[in-house]
Amino acid sequence: MEVVDVQKVQGIINQFANQDVYIHLETTNGAYASHYDQTFFSAGAYIRNALVRYELGKITGNGPFRIGLKINLGWVYAEGITHFEVDEQGRLLLAGHDYNGKLAVALEISKTPFE
Amino acid sequence: MEKERQVLVVFPHPDDEAFGVSGTLASHVQNGTPVTYACLTLGEMGRNMGNPPFTDREDLPKIRKRELIESARAIGIQDLRMMGFRDKTIEFEDEDKMTNLMTSLIQELNPSLIITFYPGYAVHPDHDATGAAVVRAVEKMPAAARPTLHCVAFSNDCIEKLGEADIIHDITPVNDRKLASIRAHRSQTEQMFAGMEEQLKNQEPEVMARINIERFWTYRFE
Repeated sequence: MEVVDVQKVQGIINQFANQDVYIHLETTNGAYASHYDQTFFSAGAYIRNALVRYELGKITGNGPFRIGLKINLGWVYAEGITHFEVDEQGRLLLAGHDYNGKLAVALEISKTPFE
Repeated sequence: MEKERQVLVVFPHPDDEAFGVSGTLASHVQNGTPVTYACLTLGEMGRNMGNPPFTDREDLPKIRKRELIESARAIGIQDLRMMGFRDKTIEFEDEDKMTNLMTSLIQELNPSLIITFYPGYAVHPDHDATGAAVVRAVEKMPAAARPTLHCVAFSNDCIEKLGEADIIHDITPVNDRKLASIRAHRSQTEQMFAGMEEQLKNQEPEVMARINIERFWTYRFE
């Protein structure tokens, strides 16, 4: 993955607009967060292969970045995005990694379902 | 360590076998006991991507699959099965389906010993759900036909609630295999090892004890 280049990412987000796309979205602290620190309130969310269509998608912020997708009946957004990649299957993979290189958030957009 | 007829290990993630049990497994292999390792997922939800990242969410399972195969080879496991579930979803699967899966493994392999996580004392929801499925499957068997069940526990309250582990294996003779198993899971263990190499080289007693001693709780059915 590469460090986010706002213009590049915005261009790729635009390419997926106005068509059916599959979304992977997750946030996580890891399953051990509350084990190592009992004062830590662990929370996360995960959705894989949500089929949506967005009319507008935007990347904002000065880094880490925020990304919002305005979908037919609502919204998808993620914050904390640091890295991006278009993989060999043409999917846009966006991720936010903390200072130790651990994934904290992921937003991925694909024209075909994720396996 | 007693000689077993067949060992069945059931864990949800590649690397679950490395820290707590790989020395015990390598010892069984050395004793000539067949060992089957059923690994339910490919650790798809691992968070360690590196800084700068060496992988991504979609590529990580491929790396972890290779690491799992390498770890099994290091331990000497002859029968590695990847069961095709998804990381962090085991507790949400249908319970009867999970029980039946364990039952079918037990019926096929007829293990004298099963190793899994102690349900309720294994921190990660996948660990607890995996252990619980094994316990349900063994519980359904007539008491006399049940294999021994050794569970791994490491929750903060496990000693308070379960007492001290009753099975303690000193795996020093095969610790090279154990270290090779841990190292095989490079994507998960490299950071941890970076801080340990020096201690390992100096054979620091505290670190060596953590490597060489493996602990299990025998599951007692009501």
